[in-house]
Amino acid sequence: MNRQIVKLFAFIVVLFGVLIGFTSWWSVFDAEALKEKNANKRPLLEQQQIPRGRILTADGEVIAKSVPKGKGDAKRYVRRYPAGALLGHPIGYSFVQYGDTEFEQFHNEELVGEEGEFVSIVDELLGHRQEGNDVVTNIDADAQRTALAALQEVGYGAVVAIEPSTGAVKAMVSNVSFDPNRIPSDFEQMSQNGIETPLLNRATQGLYPPGSTFKVVTAAAGLDSGAITPETTINAPGSLVVEGTPLENDYGTSYPSAGLDEALTNSVNTWFGQLGQQLGNDTLFEYMERFGFNATPAIDLPEDAVFDSGVYEGEELLRASDPVDLARLAIGQERLLTTPLQMALVTAAVANGGEQMKPRIWKRVIDPEGRVVEEMDPSTYSNPISEETAAELTTAMEGVVSEGTGTNAAIPDIAVAGKTGTAETPGNKACGGGIDENQAWFIGFAPADDPQIAIAVSVECTPEFGGDVAAPIFREVAESILNAE
Amino acid sequence: MTSARNRELLALVPVAILLTAGFAGVFSQESEKLGDLSLVYGGYFLALCVATHVFLRIRLPDADPYLFPLVATLTAFGLVMIYRIDETLARDQANWFVLGLVLFALTIQFLRDYDVLERYRYTIAIGGLLLLLAPRVPGIGQQVNGAYLGVKIGPIAFQPAEFTKLAIVVFLASYLREHREVLIVGARRILGVTLPPLKHFGPLLVVWGASMFMLVFIRDLGSSLMFFAAFLALLYVATGRFSFVAIGMAMFALGAWFFASTVPHVHDRIEIWLHPYNEPQGTGYQILQSIFAQADGGLFGQGFGQSLLTIPGTDNALLPAAHTDTIYSLIVNEVGLFGACGVVLVYLLVAARGFKIALLANDGFSKLLATGLTTVFAFQAFVIIGGVTRVIPLTGVTLPFISYGGSSILANFVLLALLLLVSDRARREAAEPNRRLETRGMVP
Repeated sequence: MNRQIVKLFAFIVVLFGVLIGFTSWWSVFDAEALKEKNANKRPLLEQQQIPRGRILTADGEVIAKSVPKGKGDAKRYVRRYPAGALLGHPIGYSFVQYGDTEFEQFHNEELVGEEGEFVSIVDELLGHRQEGNDVVTNIDADAQRTALAALQEVGYGAVVAIEPSTGAVKAMVSNVSFDPNRIPSDFEQMSQNGIETPLLNRATQGLYPPGSTFKVVTAAAGLDSGAITPETTINAPGSLVVEGTPLENDYGTSYPSAGLDEALTNSVNTWFGQLGQQLGNDTLFEYMERFGFNATPAIDLPEDAVFDSGVYEGEELLRASDPVDLARLAIGQERLLTTPLQMALVTAAVANGGEQMKPRIWKRVIDPEGRVVEEMDPSTYSNPISEETAAELTTAMEGVVSEGTGTNAAIPDIAVAGKTGTAETPGNKACGGGIDENQAWFIGFAPADDPQIAIAVSVECTPEFGGDVAAPIFREVAESILNAE
Repeated sequence: MTSARNRELLALVPVAILLTAGFAGVFSQESEKLGDLSLVYGGYFLALCVATHVFLRIRLPDADPYLFPLVATLTAFGLVMIYRIDETLARDQANWFVLGLVLFALTIQFLRDYDVLERYRYTIAIGGLLLLLAPRVPGIGQQVNGAYLGVKIGPIAFQPAEFTKLAIVVFLASYLREHREVLIVGARRILGVTLPPLKHFGPLLVVWGASMFMLVFIRDLGSSLMFFAAFLALLYVATGRFSFVAIGMAMFALGAWFFASTVPHVHDRIEIWLHPYNEPQGTGYQILQSIFAQADGGLFGQGFGQSLLTIPGTDNALLPAAHTDTIYSLIVNEVGLFGACGVVLVYLLVAARGFKIALLANDGFSKLLATGLTTVFAFQAFVIIGGVTRVIPLTGVTLPFISYGGSSILANFVLLALLLLVSDRARREAAEPNRRLETRGMVP
């Protein structure tokens, strides 16, 4: 019988091995997927037991904090947002029933103070309670406030302000915003898919036709690829038939031998249309991709909160090999859709001498004892254009503000470089279907000779032009940031 | 062989330290300061263990030295986990532990000549089966989650299946010892399959019938599986015929399939097992929460006393039946995969020692008894751990020596006592080679 007993034991060893296998699967290998399950409220409930760290603006204003509720076993922490709707975007919210979004989600680990498993064992033995870290953002509360107030006066839209040399996000506003404190009570109402869509972060999720602001990208491609120099002239008639439809300049003005400066200052459609055709698909797409189109911007927000910019065919992004109307793409039409964040990144890259920094909302992480755990280290996303190209573009963009379509962006005693944009979006459902609806833009940076801030302003559903409605907002926000320094 | 007892004594020290450290861990979570209460509890526990050890030293000096410390480890671990869930439950459990030790001592004292069990095998088998029926008797029976598992007479509630498993093992060991040869010799090959002789197989069919009956009548899938596994294991060990096991498994599968499609309770259990996400807040809640709790444990767990058992601010369970069915999930949650591996390893070591005893035993009954007891013990652990890890459908079986539950503790201490009795005799005989082995009627 002994042989059978040994075999029986071997069988039981196998069975127990299966138990260990399954336990490993649930507890380690499949653990992350299980934590994501909707039915699984445990991770959130557990996080509620931990005082989540605060989120602060660059100058120490509290954006989010946790307050204790209940006593004993029922004790838990609930999120409060003293800044209210001012920073509904991009901070988002964190509630057990509704989950985490945006900045709260992306920086969850720092905020709950999760460290490696080994560290937590040591902590546990020492009897330390887990406590979250504070995360300080780069957000300039005054600039944020200025931008939100300015947008609220003109309509829906977004403002993104980035420090060109570091990628620090100084302001990111989406109007209509929402008050995160009201999520537990008003979530259903807020998430209804109406026109206001307060939960949509228009700065990173709003996809809009960029209009003439895109001419900066076209010009950059032309200069940097060597197709043109600032002195190259192109005969730009008042109207040009492209793909069977006339492409027209504003007021039908023709510019018989315009150089880049004149063309950009006056936003000459036929000039850039011809440049686009001359560049061809490959070059134009190459430069778009260098600036970050066709990819998700490397910002510290969750991937589902940041949309890709590019030429859309339905849900698909077109590539260089796909047929496009180059002349219209070159002036920001065609099926090109961009987020305000993407245009801010293009602007910041030009401002920073052709080096595009990764955008960062967070600045540093501070532990409960007040020690700095981690500091944001600026890093380069790409070098889309040369320093020389950037300088030439800057000169042309200065012309836009000093004597062209963007004069409303001018700041006394400070040189401003910028570009206006007005995309016609008649019948836009997002606006309720009006006829005279435009997507008005202004992108720019200041001071032009030593850029401190690069800003993209986008206003939805407006009858006005970018130079009239978006440029003044640029000026207000830029002044707020420059005056603070 | 006093060295065996010395090894046992030595092995008990780390167990007491483990218990002390465990309580210390829980206390430090609850009061954030460490009192000396954990030392007091550790002291009591060590004292009880030492007392048991002294008793073993006197009564069973040659018995296996590792089994008792292993079981003490499981008990200590269980006490800490239960204490962490509910202090009153832990106090009850500690009382049951003491009672279990008393029963353990009584079994050793009065069943020293355990061959007497053979004489009463039919009485024991029928008694065990009658016990199983008790939960369906109006007035004393209790239904839990659709299964009839408990009996309640006055203030005393117990789960008869825990004792029935001992009765069935005793019966099978005795019956197979006597009939194993006719089962082997009388086997006929029909259509290429070796079939046992019907005449001698009859009583074994009764065991199969009992398992099926349990499935239908008391709707206890877990115990049914556990009993049947023990039955097949013993049949295999006794006859060496794998074909018998295959036939048995086929019969069980057939029966299980039939009842799974006709008995709603059994059908539901299997549905929940296969598709827990169909009703995450309803029938699938327990198994899903069990798995989610494990997912949160990771490699090293959240630490003693750290796990969330109820949804904060409410009395709703986040991990239902944490002190009984899902205690293993709680262990994974609090001490992680490593801790859980440790627990599984301890069960495996118990099984290893149990089979070692069976190997050393000199007569057929002892061998089969030790094999059967060990198998039923190991399978009980497998059924419940497998249940909460979704290896098999989740059913209400206790995790031996760890889960809260008096019947389980008492029955398993009797099981341990029987194993040590077999062990003591086997090792003593091994130490006295001159002894005439035939006196036990064993077949070499």
